[in-house]
Amino acid sequence: MRDRIIEIIGTHGKNQGALIPVLKAVQRMNPRQYIPQEASQLVARIMGLRESEVYEVVSFYGEFSETPRAEHVIKICDSTVCRVNHHRELVDILEHTLGIRVGEASRDGKFFLEYSPCFGACDVAPALRIDDKVYGNLDRDKLEAILEAYRR
Amino acid sequence: MKKNVALITENFHHYIPPDLAGYKHFGGFTALKKALALSEEDLIERIEDSGLRGRGGAAYPTGKKMRQSKAYQDDIKYLICNADEGEPGTFKDRDLLEQDPFGVLEGMVITAYAVGATHGILYLREEYAHLLELLQGAMAAMRREGLLGQGILGTALDFDMTIFSGAGAYICGEGTSLIESMEGRPGRPRNKPPYTKAQGLYLKPTLVSNVETFSAITAIVKHPQGVFTGYGTQKSPGTKLISLCGNVNNPGTYEVPFGLTLEEIITELGHGVAGDKGIKFVQVGGISGPLLPRACLKMPLTYEDFDAEGLSIGSGAVLVVDEDTDILDFLDAVAAFFKHESCGKCTPCREGNRQLMNILKRMREGTALPSDPENIQRIAHTMKYASFCGLGKTAPTALLSAIKYCPEEIFMRRGQ
Ligand SMILES: Cc1cc2nc3c(=O)[nH]c(=O)nc-3n(C[C@H](O)[C@H](O)[C@H](O)COP(=O)(O)O)c2cc1C
Ligand code: SF4
Ligand code: FES
Repeated sequence: MRDRIIEIIGTHGKNQGALIPVLKAVQRMNPRQYIPQEASQLVARIMGLRESEVYEVVSFYGEFSETPRAEHVIKICDSTVCRVNHHRELVDILEHTLGIRVGEASRDGKFFLEYSPCFGACDVAPALRIDDKVYGNLDRDKLEAILEAYRR
Repeated sequence: MKKNVALITENFHHYIPPDLAGYKHFGGFTALKKALALSEEDLIERIEDSGLRGRGGAAYPTGKKMRQSKAYQDDIKYLICNADEGEPGTFKDRDLLEQDPFGVLEGMVITAYAVGATHGILYLREEYAHLLELLQGAMAAMRREGLLGQGILGTALDFDMTIFSGAGAYICGEGTSLIESMEGRPGRPRNKPPYTKAQGLYLKPTLVSNVETFSAITAIVKHPQGVFTGYGTQKSPGTKLISLCGNVNNPGTYEVPFGLTLEEIITELGHGVAGDKGIKFVQVGGISGPLLPRACLKMPLTYEDFDAEGLSIGSGAVLVVDEDTDILDFLDAVAAFFKHESCGKCTPCREGNRQLMNILKRMREGTALPSDPENIQRIAHTMKYASFCGLGKTAPTALLSAIKYCPEEIFMRRGQ
């Protein structure tokens, strides 16, 4: 992990303005899409920052997770527009198909389910994101086909 | 009045971004050429005369802001395009960046010339990471054609730009929080003054404007004087992008002249409510905006009509909610959002949102206290007047408007 982090900081630089891009890369290199405490400590040490300065950023921003997730993170929008467009049905289908609740990872380590604030796909609500990709206008058939494609 | 117009959006679907030749074919970068032929002073005057007001929510006159920014000269001056678009119900900036990125970037170069900016940054919200590659491609294409970099189009203008990808925080749409996050800290707003135009990113003069504002600047300079102001009303000239969503048949981004009524927007552009249901309310301006009942839908969308009612057009979101929706459920979604997104810096917002959520929970469960209507007013009042930034100040807006316009629905379940 240490070498990878040194390499990441090498490309982004050591000034504090590089902290968010560095943490993004650190989270991405982790197969479970999170930033372990040791990683934050290493980032702090190598960039010459206080550990608290790094933790503070990790815990402030929605993109970062301090706990392990999974290979793919499914983010279900639970803001206003998706709610009035019945996002609850998406949640039910996902929980049922994956056999987990929101906040949990599937047993095969493929998917982690979480809620997200609006990500600007309200025109195709109800919407969800899998990693960076947005899916909208979802119903049961579409959703199952999408999950299947990720399983392969 | 023509309802759906194409001025700021005139290039949508005409070229496939990031195809720069395609953009040029439709008059791309002629606005920049025209701008560079003007003095900075005349260019700023041109924007002032257009009556353009910032499209990021606060509606500050753009020309005036440029003039103020120009007064702060320094070896480095930053120009930031605010593409944080975190306001739930709003996606028009996403469409601009996706359908016509060059229109936005051209507006940034024009502005850089007008105010003397040296470094541009497009602050892209994390949730729009899927646009990152496209935008990088657009910037690279401009660099190849001498539209970014040293001596742009053979003039003395040196200006280049990069993209900063956010990390997921609504508060980072606020200009100073955005800057804090770029400096590698939590996005908590700074004290003002100093204003960012004097001391912003790395303490250098910084101008922050919204995506749509830059697109509008391009359209204003590109077309002969009077084209932009030919739309809209005397006090609200021009066009506005609307993010129409919720329970409508045809959700999407629409460009409308100011002066259209909400009803026209919903029935004629949105093709009415899905399933022919009745409208319960419409939330205008995003999650920080008020809930307006049917009776208000005849109101024209102009700054002056909204001001007169103590309302704001905000980001231009129009969220239509049908009669099946439980208003308390809706308000719970609003409260949960603000509780989650409060940066925690000041007590009225951090604690106020928490308390409002508790009261809403009691109301939904039918266990509200007799004092709760008064509690709401007291807490909301404190938030509105004592919060440090716009987030806390506007967080109770939806709830207060619901109480004002449909008190029966809100307090119906009290004491059941
Ligand atoms: C909580 C909060 C969130 C904001 N979010 C955004 C945003 O997502 N995009 C934006 O352009 N402006 C946003 N603003 C407004 C900005 O602070 C700023 O006024 C705007 O970017 C200026 O650009 P303009 O003059 O072009 O409107 C927000 C303000 C607050 C208080
Ligand atoms: S009003 Fe809310 S978001 Fe703004 S500074 Fe206070 S706590 Fe932070
Ligand atoms: S409210 Fe769900 S994507 Fe905007």
